Amino acid sequence: MSAKPVAATTNPFTREGREFAVVLAIMLALIVAAPFLAYPFFVMQALCFALFACAFNLLIGYVGLLSFGHAMFLGSASYVCAHAAKVWGLDPELAILAGVACSGLLGLVVGALSIRSQGIYFAMITVALSQMIYFFCVEAPFTHGEDGIQGVPQGRAFGLIDLSRPIALYFFTAAIFLFGFLAIYRTVNSPFGEILKAIRENEPRAISLGYRVARYKLAAFVLSAALAGLAGATKAIVAQNASLTDVGFAMSGEVVLMTLLGGMGTLYGPVVGALVVVSMQNYLAQFGQWVTVIQGAVFVACVLTFRRGVVGEIAAALKWSI
Amino acid sequence: MFLGHAITAQQLYGQLLIGLINGSFYALLSLGLAVIFGMLNIVNFAHGALYMVGAFAAHFLLHDAGLNYWWALILSPLIVGAFGALLERTLLYRLRGLDPLYGLLLTFGLALVIQGVFQNYYGASGMPYAIPPELSGAHNLGFMFLPNYRAWVIAFSAFVCFSTWFMIEKTRLGAYLRAATENPTLVRAFGVNVPRMITLTYGFGVALAALAGVLAAPINQVRPGMGADIIAVVFAVVVIGGMGSILGSIVTGFVLGVVEGLTKVFYPEASNTVIFVIMAIVLLIKPAGLFGKAA
Repeated sequence: MSAKPVAATTNPFTREGREFAVVLAIMLALIVAAPFLAYPFFVMQALCFALFACAFNLLIGYVGLLSFGHAMFLGSASYVCAHAAKVWGLDPELAILAGVACSGLLGLVVGALSIRSQGIYFAMITVALSQMIYFFCVEAPFTHGEDGIQGVPQGRAFGLIDLSRPIALYFFTAAIFLFGFLAIYRTVNSPFGEILKAIRENEPRAISLGYRVARYKLAAFVLSAALAGLAGATKAIVAQNASLTDVGFAMSGEVVLMTLLGGMGTLYGPVVGALVVVSMQNYLAQFGQWVTVIQGAVFVACVLTFRRGVVGEIAAALKWSI
Repeated sequence: MFLGHAITAQQLYGQLLIGLINGSFYALLSLGLAVIFGMLNIVNFAHGALYMVGAFAAHFLLHDAGLNYWWALILSPLIVGAFGALLERTLLYRLRGLDPLYGLLLTFGLALVIQGVFQNYYGASGMPYAIPPELSGAHNLGFMFLPNYRAWVIAFSAFVCFSTWFMIEKTRLGAYLRAATENPTLVRAFGVNVPRMITLTYGFGVALAALAGVLAAPINQVRPGMGADIIAVVFAVVVIGGMGSILGSIVTGFVLGVVEGLTKVFYPEASNTVIFVIMAIVLLIKPAGLFGKAA
């Protein structure tokens, strides 16, 4: 999938560095202002999905691998985090770490199985493997099947910050989102990220230059899985539950939609896409199943008319490199 | 008996039969996917949704037009196939020359639209579809009762699969198809209308899915979710069989259906996941699939 090369620097004195600084400042301002403008719970959920979409975008946008089963990482981390917080009584940050560890490990196994294949083959394999994880979650006793894990305690982060206070929970979530987002920014703009982009553009060439392509792809896959897990685990603490929805196939499709709509291979696109999709679900909820129809129609429209996504098209119009 | 006390021969044959039935559907669906992939180089994510539409078409034909099962068996694939051809003509053809992943994304969007519309009007519940009177009843084979309709599904699917294989691999039309897959420009130079061939091929693959839907209607209920439930398994079947092979997709479909049925007997907890586990093992040993050529 085509995407433009990305700024290879964080130096504030270059144009790319300045642009990133400006956009980051706008994003920070929005994050601070958001809970006063919108319903905080909604914003927190949107942030979790935005991180999820960014993690997904790391694969499709920078390695060119389309995973159609990323819900398995979101969902499994969500379950493990909820279980750790509720049954083991861990602090929220440790429960989240447990969730991330689980999704990272799952990413290692799934990645090892799938990255030898490419393109549509890779996509189909991830569909099938995530369906397997879904059935596992249906059957496994600790997930409580259809009921899910309810009433997850939010507890005290680091034993200090009481997360049952909405404002504390909000900034905790925002901090996690920013951490994940900056981690992706650093990854993409590191030598490692450059090699990933080289693989995306021309894999045989990267191999001929002596890079062990499979290892780089696997590392990117694990990183993406772990960050998707970070989003899922945080979501479990925010929503105080973990359910089959998070691990189901529809969720895998939604994250693809978020990223496609916002702009694959752009840094901010997935954030914008996640916001749009989550708002769509929120405000169109009264229309029932028509939401699915609308989502499908948006998919079709994106693929046919603006493949670069909202942010990608705007950036192309402004000649920004993002 | 060597099977142990808990498992009777009756159960074993019963599940084998169910396995063969499911295998027929897997085979028809993965065959359709393979035919479409061969010609258009896209994975048709809408395949499950169109399978569901095929079953619904049979339902509408019976309830709104008074046309029985045998009419549905002919008309439903034709109608849904024509719809598929229309989709190809209006939407999919715009993606030629782009990364095949866009085809996957587009057909996924189409699947969401189609499934959403049906879910909106019919909810999640299923509607029964009666077995045609000519095929009701069962035969006593001595070791088990074989319901006539199930025997028909297996025999007819096998016949359709074999005919398709024969047409593609052994006839002149199939030779054109295969040639157009290899080198469309050259085949066009011979005066063959390749774009029309692509449209018809997509329609044909979709018609196979609709046919599977009609066959499934009297066995499983007609439900909006029936396509979404089966598509992941069919993808796994295609990955196991290998993408390039027509015969491979047929054989793998039937065999995996049987394996799934046997798992229901011996280790029911794993019956939902066994095909995915097999896929993982095949990927470790032969990443291109059992019948696939290495990329």
